[in-house]
Amino acid sequence: MSVEFGVVAFPGSCDERDAFNAIERIDGARARFLWHTTADLDGVDAVVIPGGFSYGDYLRAGAIARFSPVMKAITEYALEGRPVLGICNGFQVLCEAGLLPGALLPNPSLRFVCRQIEVIVENENTPLRERAPRASSFPFRSNIRLAGTSPPSTDSKS
Amino acid sequence: VDPWLAVKVRVLVRPKEGILDPQGQAVERALPALGYEGVSKVRVGRLIELEVSDKAPDAATSRVREMCERLLANPLIESYQVEALPDDEEGK
Repeated sequence: MSVEFGVVAFPGSCDERDAFNAIERIDGARARFLWHTTADLDGVDAVVIPGGFSYGDYLRAGAIARFSPVMKAITEYALEGRPVLGICNGFQVLCEAGLLPGALLPNPSLRFVCRQIEVIVENENTPLRERAPRASSFPFRSNIRLAGTSPPSTDSKS
Repeated sequence: VDPWLAVKVRVLVRPKEGILDPQGQAVERALPALGYEGVSKVRVGRLIELEVSDKAPDAATSRVREMCERLLANPLIESYQVEALPDDEEGK
């Protein structure tokens, strides 16, 4: 039995094909696109909101996407405790939707940050625990950071 | 008589007090390069103008405040100010 991922496409998304292809490379996983106008998640096992510039980032990044029919469905889906992954702009959509705490602000340095970072799994109580290494290292790039949450501010991918 | 009025409303959205405003800082640093010295405390926000149909200016502005909470501003990081404009003040 394969696990099916829904990959959301908003007008202005641009990383949805990357997400789609990455999922299709996993043994036992399949991907399908979910267009922003759909209110039906079609029984997918997990949802990925990819990066890009949903709705041109008008007003604030993620602010308009939040009110699309697909996000209404995803909000209910997430509140049922089902897995939703937001990457880059998708992460910002989840913050604007109130599914994640905080908001994203430009880096205080006013500089674009691009470097290799070390990542440690802080919470093992997630569906990723069996596959995710305890610590890993990956390239990171961003001109924004997460603010307004109680833990110390962390950089977030843009 | 049509009880609905078209109320012009102006919303000013600003980075909250105490929230770092890198956009304002970038502008502040750029001004001296053009010869404008002595400029400080630059804050960059957003101006939104709307025309709202409602029965009274008060009702219109309270609806706009609700719009601010939900969409026009992000209350976590931005403050907003809502103002009903008199009819003769257009396109300023």
